[in-house]
Amino acid sequence: MSKRAICLALAVSLLLTLGLSVASAAPLSQGEAYTIVLGDWLSKIADKYLGNPGAWPAIMAATNTKYIEDPTFARIENADLIYPGQKVWVPTAEEAEAFLATYDPGQPGLLFGAGPKGQVVIGSWWTSGGEAAGLSGMFDIYASKYPDVEIVNGAVAGGAGSVFKGVLKTRLIGGTPPDTFQLHAGLEVEGYSPETYLAPLDDLYASEGWEQAFPADLVALLKSYKGHYWGVPVNIHRSNVLWYNKKIFADNGLTPPTNFDEFFAVADALKAKGIIPYVLANNGGWEAPHAFESVLAGVCGAEKYRGLWTGAVAWTDPCVTQALENFKRMVSYANTDYSALTWDAGAGYLIEGKGAMFIMGDWANGEFTKYEFTDYGWASPPATKGIFIALSDSFALPAKAPNKDNALAWLKVCGSKAGQEAFNPKKGSICARTDCDPALFNDYLKSALADWAVDAIVPSVVHGAAAYESWAVDFKNTISLFVTSGDVAATQTALQAACVDAGICQ
Amino acid sequence: MRHLNWERAVSVLLLAPSAIAIFIFVYGFIGFTGFVSLSNWKQLLPDFTLVGLRNYQRLFANPRFQIDLRNTVVFTVLFLASSLIIGLLLAVLLDRGIKGEGIFRSIYLFPMAISFIVTGVAWRWLLNPGTAQAGSTGINLLFEKFGLGFLKWGWFTDPTVLYIHPDSGLGQLLQRVGLGALAHPNLGMSVAIISLVIAATWQMSGYTMALYLAGLRSIPEELREAARVDGASEVQILRHVVLPLLQPITLSAVIILGHISLKIYDLVVAMTGSGPGFATDVPAYFMWETTFQANRFNQGASIATVLLLMVAVLVVPYLVYSVRTEAKI
Repeated sequence: MSKRAICLALAVSLLLTLGLSVASAAPLSQGEAYTIVLGDWLSKIADKYLGNPGAWPAIMAATNTKYIEDPTFARIENADLIYPGQKVWVPTAEEAEAFLATYDPGQPGLLFGAGPKGQVVIGSWWTSGGEAAGLSGMFDIYASKYPDVEIVNGAVAGGAGSVFKGVLKTRLIGGTPPDTFQLHAGLEVEGYSPETYLAPLDDLYASEGWEQAFPADLVALLKSYKGHYWGVPVNIHRSNVLWYNKKIFADNGLTPPTNFDEFFAVADALKAKGIIPYVLANNGGWEAPHAFESVLAGVCGAEKYRGLWTGAVAWTDPCVTQALENFKRMVSYANTDYSALTWDAGAGYLIEGKGAMFIMGDWANGEFTKYEFTDYGWASPPATKGIFIALSDSFALPAKAPNKDNALAWLKVCGSKAGQEAFNPKKGSICARTDCDPALFNDYLKSALADWAVDAIVPSVVHGAAAYESWAVDFKNTISLFVTSGDVAATQTALQAACVDAGICQ
Repeated sequence: MRHLNWERAVSVLLLAPSAIAIFIFVYGFIGFTGFVSLSNWKQLLPDFTLVGLRNYQRLFANPRFQIDLRNTVVFTVLFLASSLIIGLLLAVLLDRGIKGEGIFRSIYLFPMAISFIVTGVAWRWLLNPGTAQAGSTGINLLFEKFGLGFLKWGWFTDPTVLYIHPDSGLGQLLQRVGLGALAHPNLGMSVAIISLVIAATWQMSGYTMALYLAGLRSIPEELREAARVDGASEVQILRHVVLPLLQPITLSAVIILGHISLKIYDLVVAMTGSGPGFATDVPAYFMWETTFQANRFNQGASIATVLLLMVAVLVVPYLVYSVRTEAKI
């Protein structure tokens, strides 16, 4: 009785096991990862999952292909040598069949996962210095993962991207875009008619888990146009930094100003010494508006500043008047040759010790380092402590990208920890991801990283984040005119008119 | 007769490709630009809904464009005047048959071979004023070294606009006679534009010189001889014999320099940019920014159309005139 019972139990369990193994050996519909255990060999796995021991080359090829993108998979050099714990990829029966139909034992290369081929054309305006070095760091990562893809660097130099944008826009309309291109994260994307010319990247964000990898404020900015992701951010720059010459400040017993009253007191003291208190540049027509953006955020505060760009706060608000008055007074302390100065020439005034303070984005740090100038300090521009005016460079995917898969692979590199760690220390920006290693960054960037974690993050308008490009251009023109006219009332009216024109204000 | 027809057919056949190409790529696109200027295309995605003359209304209401128009007129007048005068002067001097004429001719003509971008960069360095605190640079530094410090000024960084101020004596006089509208900054001139005029004149006056020199050489010596026999002085000969005969040359020079000046872009980009308060901004620069930065393709097209009309005002009378003279012959 007990013997029969045992036999029955054994038989049932045997059947169950068989049934289970039959079930698990049923053709896969999706492909599956499998971890090697002791006593496995490839044809055994092929038999078990694909019902064909001769299908082992399909498993080997599929595993090696996976390895290219995801190194947690094994790279199988020799089909007879596999080890317990190695992860392999079992393709579906159809995939295996398709592979075997083309597989030729005379061409073992196929077993090593022929990766993607062809080209990827990457458009940007990064052509010199740290920018180009950072970009080529990302190229190296891409090339090691996809050795058979030829990277075509479609960078166009000039004018903070304005030349590149002209080239790019004609190519997008003409239907011959690069595979991927650089774009400021935020509302600048509106100018590209993304519904027609770009491909939304929502699936990529989901599969790469980027919604968790990037901070919430940035994620909100990235999907601010129509609720879709249109680009992958590679970095974060800070727009509001007050750079100052430490030696001048020490010689005159001054400390960096934290509010406007202190700023003007410091400026008066320096003016009396014959030093340019506040360096202003505006050769490109964006540098002075860039400085004004900081003044605006300082006077209005983070909440109202944001509101100005969303229509929650009208431009007729008294804080805008005050900001214009303050900026007008700041300009009165500035050098008179601002229209001849580009931003780097402005930084040059600090390096040569002729100017004391300069409001510029944190790319100025790279300019100081380039000239081995160390006597500089940084602070928040007046009244912007705790506010981080951010801009971000991202890469977008044109809807008609000729090599879409290669472009998607590039975007994965852009958003990856390895890619951002290769790019940002050289570019002089911080990672858009929150998990980069702070040890890779210089002192300035470490402080920016610390602020990024705690400050109120607001978008920059001059650098494409806060507003549609047409509005941003109006804003720049209006402020450029204001610098010479000093007409507060007319400027405020023009700013409100630009907001109405953009369809944001009533 | 058959032979003639055959020749005619060949010439039509040979001319056809370029005629077709010009028709499409010049006149076709002029038409397209005019059409876009009436449309609502203000994103990358073309939107060809017609909105009438709204883009032109907006354009002429735009303070930057008003400044641009003023700058174009001022620049064209100053540039033409200085190029013609200097060119004529050089030509008359060279025509005296001085030694080494060929060398001088080449020296004066060479700047024309340089691109406006190079000219712009070089003059930008030369005229960069520096600041009181940081010290002078370029030509200002030269003035300083030679004890001519009083000549120093801001060149293209000076935001001053010269105009009849409504509160000034002249301004009030104008208001009294009902011409108060004339006392407006948009009818003045920005002093920064003088720097652009200097650079452009440096580049193009050699060309005017060459034109005038060719003209002078084609004046028969007998005419001057005859004048001399009648007892005319050299100045009188120049004034009453030579200059009237040079009129066609002057006309050609005005047309050629005028269209360059109205469309000027590269020199401005390389040398000054928009300048302080758009003191050196020009329509072509504004057109480029409007189109490719602000994505207002319709607005950019309307600027292009206004530019075309301005050039047409200059060129069309000349074309009509030359066609008529040819018909006479």
